[in-house]
Amino acid sequence: MMFTPENLERARAIVARYPRAKSAILPLAHLAQDQDGWLSPEAMREIAALTRVEPAEVLGTCSFYTMFKRDPVGRLVVSVCTNVTCLVTGGPEVLEHLARRYDDDDVYVEEVECLAACGGAPAMQVNYEFHEGLTPEMAEEIVEAYKRGELIPRGVSGGRVS
Amino acid sequence: MTVTETRVITKRIHDRPEDSWTIDGALASGAYEGLRAAFAMGRDAIGEEQVKASGLRGRGGAGFPTATKWSFLPAGSYPRYLVVNADEGEPSTFKDRMLIERDPHQLIEGIAIAAFAIECNLAFVYIRGEFALGYERLEQAVAEAKAKGFLGMNILGSGFDLDIVVHRGAGAYICGEETALLESLEGERGMPRIRPPFPAIEGLYAKPTVVNNVETISTLPHIVRMGGEEYAKLGVDRSTGTRVFSLSGHVKRPGNYEVELGVTFRDLLYSPELGGGITDDRKVKFFIPGGASSQWLTGADEHLDAPLDMDFLEQNLGVMLGSGAVMVFDETVNPALVAWRLAKFFADESCGKCTPCREGTGWVEKVLYRIAHGQGRPQDFDMLLDVCDNISPGVTTAPFAQTTICPLGPSVVSPVASLQKYFRDEVLAMCTGPSTIPVSAS
Ligand SMILES: Cc1cc2nc3c(=O)[nH]c(=O)nc-3n(C[C@H](O)[C@H](O)[C@H](O)COP(=O)(O)O)c2cc1C
Repeated sequence: MMFTPENLERARAIVARYPRAKSAILPLAHLAQDQDGWLSPEAMREIAALTRVEPAEVLGTCSFYTMFKRDPVGRLVVSVCTNVTCLVTGGPEVLEHLARRYDDDDVYVEEVECLAACGGAPAMQVNYEFHEGLTPEMAEEIVEAYKRGELIPRGVSGGRVS
Repeated sequence: MTVTETRVITKRIHDRPEDSWTIDGALASGAYEGLRAAFAMGRDAIGEEQVKASGLRGRGGAGFPTATKWSFLPAGSYPRYLVVNADEGEPSTFKDRMLIERDPHQLIEGIAIAAFAIECNLAFVYIRGEFALGYERLEQAVAEAKAKGFLGMNILGSGFDLDIVVHRGAGAYICGEETALLESLEGERGMPRIRPPFPAIEGLYAKPTVVNNVETISTLPHIVRMGGEEYAKLGVDRSTGTRVFSLSGHVKRPGNYEVELGVTFRDLLYSPELGGGITDDRKVKFFIPGGASSQWLTGADEHLDAPLDMDFLEQNLGVMLGSGAVMVFDETVNPALVAWRLAKFFADESCGKCTPCREGTGWVEKVLYRIAHGQGRPQDFDMLLDVCDNISPGVTTAPFAQTTICPLGPSVVSPVASLQKYFRDEVLAMCTGPSTIPVSAS
């Protein structure tokens, strides 16, 4: 995939903000992932050209960061926290329930580290939107609401996609 | 005794729940008055006088005096950069997210004051990638501030120019460590740098750089507005002012509470308007006072009655106030399970640069896993201590002693040292194997 003309313009503006173009790798990877639903090899090549580095450097950088999905993950990324506050308030049960319930191409369920929502533990994010104070049933209901279109998801990198 | 909040940096958030993050809400509640005052008093009066007099110490974890950090910038060397650490990933810390989402203008005002003081014209906010709403609100607020002339060229007629770039991370706890953050901001893998040179000398793009936490920077407008000496009247000894504590776990009212430093853990956990007591009125078994990297304290009176005072805690109890996260665990909790989950965190988040951390965190996680799941062998605990001794020599001094470039690896030792100090018998009672969970299998 290539950036759409509109996103290409945004990408160039992002690169121009930094004293060095290579700094734009992360923001451009987010932009590409929101556009395509994952970070493809083609996108990384285009990012390399825009930031004036080798494609291997873009891969080298992006493969360090867990938010970048280098395989298609579907429309919804559901990130469930199981770190200690969530551990003692029911996070693992939410994770187990969702992982069993959603084994499909549309919903990607992952276990993540502390999301900084411990005041409302257990917590999860759907495409980086916070949902707190969960039970397994509530968590499923929230995912269903996204699937039915009652909740509008962000892009899979957390950006607004028009 | 009951203690209530002292709201300095969380005041707007509480006073204007409906619009605290908007330019109108912020301006209606005194935003950017501190910036005007800063321009009026002049550059040199900010760091050298007001911030120094305030006694402000970094809220990101290490508690380093802010004015001293700024004073390390080499004279006459430009450009200089200010980088705000908004990567908040320390388990159970959730104050910066609130400060960003609910009061981005306070942060921008603080950035403008700091940048003016250190002569920086381009500042960066490195915000945790998962904070999608925070990023959106901060971007919006930067645009609003530019439109009103609080950012950009010749701010408020002062002759000072400043632009802010908000930069999203992408899921890596280590990028909260300041030199890993700078690597990441340069488009690299987030691996810590060897210091020296410190960022003040060679930081972002090898230029003099100040890295400060969101809460540290958010405090500046109030220090300038109140005067540093007045601010220093809050708090206790060298722990001046207020801090926002993220209280979580088995308390009736988890949440962020801004209190004067010097109140006790008991105040924080039990005051009706703060923690409100322990869930179902059970007892505290243990709590983690300063984020996952800190050693633990227990429900003993001498621990609950200890003051939230950075120096007191470090010197007397060997724990740190760190990021200001207080996690509470009641009598029903298996401490080995919590230690295991923390070890899993550090193993997951090790960047892999230093061998003791890359290898050690994984082994600690595996051994703790089988102990916590009732499969420990009698010799496991001492093996654990031995592995830990290679990451943080002396073990009990973790995370302050280290064989690694940064303190992430030694942080895995904190929970183990805490088990050793307070729960050794309980843990040994779980180690009656022969284990059916080998540690050598993945
Ligand atoms: C592994 C690790 C993670 C850290 N994470 C954060 C963080 O998320 N936010 C933060 O402000 N400081 C974090 N720090 C501390 C920073 O390195 C640095 O001390 C701090 O940003 C300085 O700001 P301050 O002086 O205002 O506290 C971390 C340190 C380590 C070793």
